[in-house]
Amino acid sequence: MPEIRVTPLGAGQDVGRSCILVSIAGKNVMLDCGMHMGFSDDRRFPDFSYITRSGRLTDFLDCVIISHFHLDHCGALPYFSEMVGYDGPIYMTQPTQAICPILLEDYRKIAVDKKGEANFFTSQMIKDCMKKVVAVHLHQTVQVDDELEIKAYYAGHVLGAAMFQIKVGSESVVYTGDYNMTPDRHLGAAWIDKCRPNLLITESTYATTIRDSKRCRERDFLKKELCILLETFWERMDLKAPIYFSTGLTEKANHYYKLFIPWTNQKIRKTFVQRNMFEFKHIKAFDRAFADSPGPMVVFATPGMLHAGQSLQIFRKWAGNEKNMVIMPGYCVQGTVGHKILSGQRKLEMEGRQVLEVKMQVEYMSFSAHADAKGIMQLVGQAEPENVLLVHGEAKKMEFLKQKIEQEFRVSCYMPANGETVTLPTSPSIPVGISLGLLKREMAQGLLPDAKKPRLLHGTLIMKDSNLRLVSSEQALKELGLAEHQLRFTCRVHLHDTRKEQEAAARVYSHLKSVLKDHCVQHLPDGSVTVESILIQAAAHSEDPGTKVLLVSWTYQDEELGSYLTSLLKKGLPQAS
Amino acid sequence: MAAHLKKRVYEEFTKVVQQQQEEIATKKLRLTKPSKSAALHIDLCKATSPADALQYLLQFARKPVEAESVEGVVRILLEHYYKENDPSVRLKIASLLGLLSKTAGFSPDCIMDDAINILQNEKSHQVLAQLLDTLLAIGTKLPDNQAIQMRLVDVACKHLTDTSHGVRNKCLQLLGNLGSLEKSVTKDAEGLAVRDVQKIIGDYFSDQDPRVRTAAIKAMLQLHERGLKLYQTIYNQACKLLSDDYEQVRSAAVQLIWVVSQLYPESIVPIPSSNEEIRLVDDAFGKICHMVSDGSWVVRVQAAKLLGSMEQVSSHFLEQTLDKKLMSDLRRKRTAHERAKELYTSGEFSSGRKWGDDAPKEEVDTGAVNLIESGACGAFVHGLEDEMYEVRIAAVEALCMLAQSSPSFAEKCLDFLVDMFNDEIEEVRLQSIHTMRKISNNITLREDQLDTVLAVLEDSSRDIREALHELLCCTNVSTKEGIHLALVELLKNLTKYPTDRDSIWKCLKFLGSRHPTLVLPLVPELLSTHPFFDTAEPDMDDPAYIAVLVLIFNAAKTCPTMPALFSDHTFRHYAYLRDSLSHLVPALRLPGRKLVSSALSPNIMPHEDPSHQFLQQSLERVYSLQHLDPQGTQELLEFTIRDLQRLGELQSELAGVADFSATYLRCQLLLIKALQEKLWNVAAPLYLKQSDLASAAAKQIMEETYKMEFMYSGVENKQVVIIHHMRLQAKALQLIVTARTARGVDPLFGMCEKFLQEVDFFQRCFIADLPHLQDSFVDKLLDLMPRLMTSKPAEVVKILHTMLRQSTFLHLPLPEQIHKASATIIEPAGESDNPLRFTSGLVVALDVDATLEHVQDPQSTVKVQVSYPDGQAQMIHPKPADFRNPGPGRHRLITQVYLSHTAWTEPCQVEVRLLLAYNSSSRIPKSPWIEGGEMSSQVETSIEGTIPFSKSVKVYIMPKPARR
Repeated sequence: MPEIRVTPLGAGQDVGRSCILVSIAGKNVMLDCGMHMGFSDDRRFPDFSYITRSGRLTDFLDCVIISHFHLDHCGALPYFSEMVGYDGPIYMTQPTQAICPILLEDYRKIAVDKKGEANFFTSQMIKDCMKKVVAVHLHQTVQVDDELEIKAYYAGHVLGAAMFQIKVGSESVVYTGDYNMTPDRHLGAAWIDKCRPNLLITESTYATTIRDSKRCRERDFLKKELCILLETFWERMDLKAPIYFSTGLTEKANHYYKLFIPWTNQKIRKTFVQRNMFEFKHIKAFDRAFADSPGPMVVFATPGMLHAGQSLQIFRKWAGNEKNMVIMPGYCVQGTVGHKILSGQRKLEMEGRQVLEVKMQVEYMSFSAHADAKGIMQLVGQAEPENVLLVHGEAKKMEFLKQKIEQEFRVSCYMPANGETVTLPTSPSIPVGISLGLLKREMAQGLLPDAKKPRLLHGTLIMKDSNLRLVSSEQALKELGLAEHQLRFTCRVHLHDTRKEQEAAARVYSHLKSVLKDHCVQHLPDGSVTVESILIQAAAHSEDPGTKVLLVSWTYQDEELGSYLTSLLKKGLPQAS
Repeated sequence: MAAHLKKRVYEEFTKVVQQQQEEIATKKLRLTKPSKSAALHIDLCKATSPADALQYLLQFARKPVEAESVEGVVRILLEHYYKENDPSVRLKIASLLGLLSKTAGFSPDCIMDDAINILQNEKSHQVLAQLLDTLLAIGTKLPDNQAIQMRLVDVACKHLTDTSHGVRNKCLQLLGNLGSLEKSVTKDAEGLAVRDVQKIIGDYFSDQDPRVRTAAIKAMLQLHERGLKLYQTIYNQACKLLSDDYEQVRSAAVQLIWVVSQLYPESIVPIPSSNEEIRLVDDAFGKICHMVSDGSWVVRVQAAKLLGSMEQVSSHFLEQTLDKKLMSDLRRKRTAHERAKELYTSGEFSSGRKWGDDAPKEEVDTGAVNLIESGACGAFVHGLEDEMYEVRIAAVEALCMLAQSSPSFAEKCLDFLVDMFNDEIEEVRLQSIHTMRKISNNITLREDQLDTVLAVLEDSSRDIREALHELLCCTNVSTKEGIHLALVELLKNLTKYPTDRDSIWKCLKFLGSRHPTLVLPLVPELLSTHPFFDTAEPDMDDPAYIAVLVLIFNAAKTCPTMPALFSDHTFRHYAYLRDSLSHLVPALRLPGRKLVSSALSPNIMPHEDPSHQFLQQSLERVYSLQHLDPQGTQELLEFTIRDLQRLGELQSELAGVADFSATYLRCQLLLIKALQEKLWNVAAPLYLKQSDLASAAAKQIMEETYKMEFMYSGVENKQVVIIHHMRLQAKALQLIVTARTARGVDPLFGMCEKFLQEVDFFQRCFIADLPHLQDSFVDKLLDLMPRLMTSKPAEVVKILHTMLRQSTFLHLPLPEQIHKASATIIEPAGESDNPLRFTSGLVVALDVDATLEHVQDPQSTVKVQVSYPDGQAQMIHPKPADFRNPGPGRHRLITQVYLSHTAWTEPCQVEVRLLLAYNSSSRIPKSPWIEGGEMSSQVETSIEGTIPFSKSVKVYIMPKPARR
């Protein structure tokens, strides 16, 4: 029985460290290779030893697919490919390929330079790893090998984020990565065609949320007169507070946004000829010294979960004053500072046993570009999968969504935990070629094909070098060089009739003639009756003269009609009047 | 929407039918051309290869064929068709047959048999499809012939089983266009089985080819357009098609569902998987709403558009479209603020606004919550935040239409509309502002909404700002803070964009007159008066101060207590503004001042009847008294003209009619004066002065007739005849005057001939109206036409003279609605003393801003004229995009005019004015013998003359010599 097996190594009933193994028709694919923000020990990377304890990973995996450049989707990549050892192809979109190494480098710096971790991947490793990357375009079908093909769809989560369809023969799996169904100020909405995969692996970060309209959220922001919406910066210039961007990766990332205009939404695509939206005039690069300068200011700093880097530094500086405010832009993984302050913790234990008292206001604005429950349902509706599998979400919320999906779409839904394997039996369709002659003969016989009704068709199935063909029997005989054997069925029907054979035959003829109106019934001169190619002969019974024996004989091709005739004759003839 | 559909269908028809035969021309001038059929025959015989034949056919198709020779051509083509083996040539012939059968004046029933015949023997699918197309052309040409229609339907049914999608498509199209409407009429077409066209088409909804499915739905829609009532059973079939894999099928299916929902709104349909039932229109609404989140944006646009026209839908379904989350109790009434709060707390899903509130709660009622089936839920929320702006615009439009029909919905959708003011695409912003204006009667803006609305005033696009001003003109504001906020923002706008001045003033005028009680408490603050101290007198020329005063004075009109708060200088300023900006500042009942009575009279409910009666009576008097002595007639005419002009001034709604008839009477008066008997008895040499007078009169009459014809909107054909008749008289007068003064006969010959041509032209154009012109100049002229043709010029002139004097005065029927075109140049204002300096030889751009009223088709007619002091005049054609259409009958021209000249020593003034270009031949129905249309396009673009229709504005300019 063919089957699809899915094992999440990360992101199973959890957010962070996305890494999902999929076996489909004998091919093994790894989807994403992320790290966990909440840990800084071994738990931060997926357990690759699950794949193989001995031997190289390359032998076990056909390819690795990275959906987008966020670290929880690609953070473990250098570790995986260089330190554990993998030499196969890594697929990602071009923007991801461009931005991913920057983020990895940044992450490495924080981990090694700031925290002083040893045994971490090096810059060279990142470079080597990126050499294994194969870039794919949207909607481009890439043949990984003869059977395995992958195709990217727009996901709208971040620049270059993509959903991937993995297809072997007629079996397919769609992995969404992270996606967003409502268009953003700079990105479009995720879109997929009705590809009807066997399995849809979807994220479920906001499984229980239906967000307000984007406009509502924006309006709330405008009222706060912060105008954080990037675009409004240059439309409404009368802001007094300077706006800073933390240097380094944000700036670089912005640079890439400028380069990959086709990946953005309609508005930006339309207007970039006149002005590039990402060339901000009012935004200055942030310098560490500015953090202490007096007066109001707005700073954009990364990372968003306050687990490390510049945002954490500024947070520590500003946390003590109640006049300050921090706005968390999106989801925070458990264990990060962001998660802690959002859950109301006011005293934080920092490194070196310091306790930081948080007096500043903490606000949460769901700006993160994940699909909400309705969006997830919408995508499921668009793709029409046979099964759904939820990852990248919290178990409790998944449970809720799972129930919804099963209710709405009547498809089975799974939510495996990390390391747990889901096995889906599939019934792949096997293509069979049919000879045109046979098809045309069939067409000539009956009406137009109807999709809803199965049709019976006589032919010979030839299996030769793993392809199947359906041909007419004559052709098959010719091809295989075989002589034709005829198979005839003969049946005797006893008929109580005292009259002569001739008369009995005549009665049979008239009866059949009246019953089988659309068949050709003939009475031959030698006394036998034919219906199409079926022969009926009447003979006297050797022992009982009052009984006539009807000999019915037909070829195997006419089996249907023949058996019908015998049953008809067995019922007896109507009484002659 | 229905109108839209209808229009679309009409367009389809025009594609096919190409002008029904025009019966106007009975006398035609026809040039005899060598028969085209013969030439074609020779060509086709010469052709040696299919490629050759194809070339000949292509060449042949370039030229039109006259109706008489069509049949011959068709025969030759058919003959060739039978012989031809190459399918591409047969295809071309088939398409030519279709084109030919569309020829006006040719009845294609004679070629139908042949067409059906060749159809039966044809093997190529493409040619088959083309032949079916030809049959469709024939069928649509003969809409009344039931038998032929039945036959064609029969043919179509026969070919429906073809394997090629193209053939099936065409068959369905044929069925849709020709399928019989009523079964009873089929009786006269005996021998042909009555077919249920709807059933046949319906069967192809499940065809394997998406193109055929689409064609089937389109055919069904076509049946609907033709007035056939669709069965309700189609609804279920169409619903299945909503989940089709192909977008064009889904898009058409949405339309079909809409059509059925309009046909059977009150039918009851069951909800699947439950035993409840709902109205069909509600069900359809839900389904179409669901399509707003379809994968294809084409379908989304279609769905969003159609939503707007589903007015019968129940209110609770309608309101669901504005909330993404399901609420168990939809009917509860809540205030806006409560609602906003509850939006986040209700439902079992969290809003994503607060951290941690998305932990799953106790299940509310899983049966009731259902994310997909409840399609209506949040449809507009999705539509308004769609990725494609086309969808957003469609959603805004739909919102507007629904809000217009339901005040409660208008109230609810306000928040969403206001949010659309922040859209990133300008068109969407503009559209939502217009929408808001249209529903503004039903709504009152809250302060926070006003805040968002006013923020748009900073937009850099002028269109948006002006649309917003228009919106503010008709908005209701709830609080005095709101008014204050609006004023402050408008003043900010004024300083940022001083060109918005007029628009802002107008906006404040309406804002003031709408909210007198809200303005009242603001007055001391706005005028910065102090209870004890005198404050400095503000600058009278400051546009911002004027803006504040406009607001206050308009509010004071209905608020008698307000003037008490004014300080002395305010009264003085009032007097000044009342004079200088009388359209913005109303008359106030100020203490110690007399009210100017006339100013108030227009506000009194106009009693239309008496004045209209007066107009009618005075006109009738003129028309009835035809045989008075010349003196009396002249006097009566003069008095009537004076009366009419005065009436036009007093009653603005009658101004058009009064002016129009006054102009006509003036023409008549001029004619009478010019023809006065005693003047013409003087000997010709002594006649110089007289002839000057007469020729001036003729010229003026010509001008006036052009004005009458082109400056008034709503002029109908019967008036045009009279106007042209008047012009013909003027031309005759001109001829007479020239004959008297000119020496030699040669120029006269030419003039005479030209005049006779004009008469002929007149006759041809207005042949239908000639019976109404009994006893008139032209009537008599036509009687004598044969004689005139042969006589010498001198004789012609003589006859004309007597006829002119004998001809009677034609009655000018008044059109229903008539308005005089007018234009006002707002900018340049012509006040500036500072000359516009620029280097000679280079250009300077002058912004021109004008409002046009009652101008038809301004894009092609309105021109800007610049006349320089040296007499040089330039005519500038503004771009079509420079015209905006803010309201019915109103246009706005905002354009730039480029000036240039050689160096001057002093600054000098140039005059800028607007002209109305006209072309008298464009109004006349196209001459029937110009069939190809190559000529007519030329004629339409040319300008015959222009009428100035705005006051000219002087602009001070100074081209400086270039510095070396």
